[in-house]
Amino acid sequence: MVRLPITKTPKVYVGGAFIRSESARVFPLRDAAGEFFANIPQCTRKDLRNAVEAAAKAGPGWAKRTAYNRGQILYRLAEMIEARAGEMADAIALGGATPAAAAREVAAAVDRLIYYAGWTDKYEQVLGNVNPVAAPFFNFTVTEPMGIIGVITPDEAPLLALISLVAPAITSGNTVVALASTRQPYPAILLGEMLATSDLPGGVVNLLTGFRAEMIPTFATHTHLRAISAVVNAAERKALALGAAESIKRTIMLKAEEKRDWFATTAQSVDAIRDTLEYKTTWHPVGA
Amino acid sequence: MLVRSPQAALQRLFDEVGSVDQIGIDERVAKYGTRSIKKAAKVWGLRTAVTMVDLTTLEGKDTPGKVASLCQKALRPDDDVSIPPVAAVCVYPSMVRHARRALGNNSSVRIASVATAFPSGQAPLKTRLAEVKAAVADGADEIDMVINRGAFLAGEFGRVQDEIAAVVTACGTATLKVILEVSELETYDSIRAASFLAMRVIRPGDFIKTSTGKTSLNATLGNNQVMLEAIRDFYLDTGVAIAMKPAGGIRSAKQALTFLIAVKETLGDAWLNNTRYRFGASSLLNDLLRQLEKEKTGAYQAPYYFSEAAESY
Amino acid sequence: MPTASVVKKSSRASQRFANRVGRRAPELIFGDLWAFDPAPESADPKLKPRYNLFINGKFVAPKGGKYFDSINPANERKLTEIALAGPADVDAAYAAARRAADGVWGKMPGRERAKYLYRIARLLQDRAREFAVAETLDGGKPIKESRDFDVPMAAAHFFYHAGWADKLEYVAPGRRVAPLGVVGQVIPWNFPLLMCAWKLAPALAMGNTVVLKPAETTSITALKLAEIFQDAGLPPGVVNFVTGAGDVGAAVLNNATPAKIAFTGSTEVGKIIMRSLAGSDKKMTMELGGKAANIIFDDAPLDQAVEGIVNGIFFNQGHVCCAGSRLLVQEGIAEKVLAKLKTRICSLRVGDPLDKNTDIGAINSREQLTKIRALVAAGVKEGCAMFQPQCVLPPKGFYFRPTVFSGVSMSSRVAREEIFGPVLSILTFRTVDEAIEKANNTSYGLSAGVWTDKGSRILKMSTELKAGVVWANTYNKFDPASPFGGYKESGFGREGGRQGLLDYCKLI
Repeated sequence: MVRLPITKTPKVYVGGAFIRSESARVFPLRDAAGEFFANIPQCTRKDLRNAVEAAAKAGPGWAKRTAYNRGQILYRLAEMIEARAGEMADAIALGGATPAAAAREVAAAVDRLIYYAGWTDKYEQVLGNVNPVAAPFFNFTVTEPMGIIGVITPDEAPLLALISLVAPAITSGNTVVALASTRQPYPAILLGEMLATSDLPGGVVNLLTGFRAEMIPTFATHTHLRAISAVVNAAERKALALGAAESIKRTIMLKAEEKRDWFATTAQSVDAIRDTLEYKTTWHPVGA
Repeated sequence: MLVRSPQAALQRLFDEVGSVDQIGIDERVAKYGTRSIKKAAKVWGLRTAVTMVDLTTLEGKDTPGKVASLCQKALRPDDDVSIPPVAAVCVYPSMVRHARRALGNNSSVRIASVATAFPSGQAPLKTRLAEVKAAVADGADEIDMVINRGAFLAGEFGRVQDEIAAVVTACGTATLKVILEVSELETYDSIRAASFLAMRVIRPGDFIKTSTGKTSLNATLGNNQVMLEAIRDFYLDTGVAIAMKPAGGIRSAKQALTFLIAVKETLGDAWLNNTRYRFGASSLLNDLLRQLEKEKTGAYQAPYYFSEAAESY
Repeated sequence: MPTASVVKKSSRASQRFANRVGRRAPELIFGDLWAFDPAPESADPKLKPRYNLFINGKFVAPKGGKYFDSINPANERKLTEIALAGPADVDAAYAAARRAADGVWGKMPGRERAKYLYRIARLLQDRAREFAVAETLDGGKPIKESRDFDVPMAAAHFFYHAGWADKLEYVAPGRRVAPLGVVGQVIPWNFPLLMCAWKLAPALAMGNTVVLKPAETTSITALKLAEIFQDAGLPPGVVNFVTGAGDVGAAVLNNATPAKIAFTGSTEVGKIIMRSLAGSDKKMTMELGGKAANIIFDDAPLDQAVEGIVNGIFFNQGHVCCAGSRLLVQEGIAEKVLAKLKTRICSLRVGDPLDKNTDIGAINSREQLTKIRALVAAGVKEGCAMFQPQCVLPPKGFYFRPTVFSGVSMSSRVAREEIFGPVLSILTFRTVDEAIEKANNTSYGLSAGVWTDKGSRILKMSTELKAGVVWANTYNKFDPASPFGGYKESGFGREGGRQGLLDYCKLI
């Protein structure tokens, strides 16, 4: 007699804990062949609200970590994914990718994390500077994380795109509330488990699953989100921009209509880190 | 017999009197320079400045004759008799009796003398006090002393203060001006602290003064401002009105007016007279006279129209 | 002025002293013993009786043929009249900008663009005094500020950015940059010429062309700057000025041509603009309002702090988005700081903006004056203690006395709303953390000031304050090399410095 395997109940990773949606709703996830795989939490605006609260709690501590420490933690996250690469590749393959393509995506995601892990203690040296003002003052410009960043991921490259949007934001000390791909949410569920074992403080990255149409209005109007980094279509862009106007929220919106190669090195840059930074300029007199 | 102030009580002098930001002061005084003084206001300012001049000669080559002619200039600065006399002549102690002879006993022009081993002050206290007493005995109305900068910079604030107190006693009824020698104190913080050190032991109507005029840097708008603010804070705190004398480096009428604007805007109307504010200067007087003549006639004036002019070109 | 402001020391210490010696508390008299004669700046502002739109390198009459009066807020007299642009004029301006972007300016080597900007800087320096007088007549700011700050700083912005035009590969490390094309800009009335320079210089250095709308109450110096563009031989269409009120601004912002919109003004209008641009995919820079905290610790150099407070709130009549309008004083020195502040305010001279001795000029418009009065009345009604010096205001024109509210709580309207006038609200705090909390307890985040003698505390405060500019032991300092811009609802994007150029280019 064949042993019936124990299936895992997918939960989302919010505030360092694994939870179901507060709404108690789920949606079924089927594999490429149409077989039922699992029920995925259908998160709602209240889950987003809770995730923002969790991110707000974690934010100051994360931003105060030394750049060196943040780099090590991002590196540790890469280690955790690499160690469970096969499992993650299976999760990606659920959506129909070939095993080779899925493995390639996991490898690229790990490499992307390594790329940003290396930036934590360097981007400031590239983006900030001392300004030679025409008066007896020492004047310098540094960057600071904006705060809580809302991330909305595309359906393609469910792990790599998610990592590519989340990593630059947390590199500098931001916290993130991310909405995973609706079509392929499982890699994000699995990523939550890897985040939990990566030394990344709970609440720094919060991953939600659910329906874009249901979630985007709340991402648009939540005033505690200081920026939105999203891959979105025209209607979604307009909705996010309208919501952003109410609290002068920053929006970094990539067009879903445009094809983009998430594997290319152009999909990673110090500019992506800069997108979720504020510049702060300080003046001080030079005298005796 | 000198009773030492407890040194411990003064150890926190700098914290007590508060700090001064150098760039902030320099920005503040730059605004005085943008004030535009015209017409009647200018004449009033120039005439007031004349009455505030301590007409000074402090040279090794000073003679009774030189001092006598300085006194004449002090009494009657210009051919125009409507020009008021200056506040005082300022001379070395050995010249006090010659000045007294030239001015007589009932002159409105006072005699100031730089005692206390001016300009370095590097003589035993006993010697310095004796010099003060001698100058007063010879007829000095005012004594310009130097503080012990070495002691100040060594942190011996009690000693500095006690010496000032001793000079106050030696002065008797003579007015005292305490020279901080700001260029040697160097920072605005030290100038403010030294101002308070002095003000706490001198009498209402005594002066604090910037410099001897014998170092590279003398009165500037900046150190003038630091001292005016110290006087203001001390006055509002205690009710004791201390007077102020910038000295050295003020040569032009325009400079003098700018210093007076600082007085007007920092200490107000009550300090705009020569019992509360003086200029220690020698060539300033003639420039004030030139500008007054220019205001009267509308024509710019050659320097040699005025007596005792330094420039003969 | 036949009035004397008297500052009395009223602390308990001096009361004790006064009682002991049996006389009145010491006071300082800021009276008219030495009253200054009027010292009006006499340079000719060379105003034309009528100003047309500046489109495609020429002054052209508005298609609708309408003009509106530009008023001197110091005496309410008409200065000149300004063309009222209509939608067709805005379209023409954008068409010219498009042609210039595609045909000349975008293709021109950076070193050549640089030379135009250098020329503009030099020509502006040549005519500095004339521009200063025009600015003061038009906007009401004291001549000493337009002469010593606005005009030289505007020239400095052109000079600074000129040098960038051929060094753009250093703007974004590892990337090449390209101009965005045509840019639409709308600027406010508080620094009319300087805001022009802030907006134009980086845009032009990067190779963009511009349609700019000045504020309707202060269009003159922009149009005088257009004369300089003509003298400099700037190619037609590179800069176009359309004048008028909010509807013209809307036409500039909502036109399909510009790839980017840059706006400086109130947060309220900024939100309206962002809503109207939603879905347009246009890039934006928003430089909006503020309610800056100026924080004084008990170890601060107090007189310089007081000077910084005065400079922070009374500079340009308080019409400054980064004005230090919330003074946070550590409790132990609150009384002392207030006393010093009152003394200092008594020597401020309020009056004719053209007088070289005027410290506080005219409020920019009747509308703004009405707004300030309403908020001050609200402060009084809320029970805040108000201090104003006894200065006499000119009979005609829009003037407001420098005003200080003490005993203000965080929830008072005067502590939360941007007044944009010479009105200071004083609050107190006890600890470093409380100061940070109070300073950050606002939807704004443009600037902040901190005064302390302790170096490590300065760096901590500078780190913790959520503001784009932190002035430590100084206030209201600006420089073309120094990026300026806000956090939170004070806007996004930076102006000035290397960072400011990033907002006018695309990365390739």
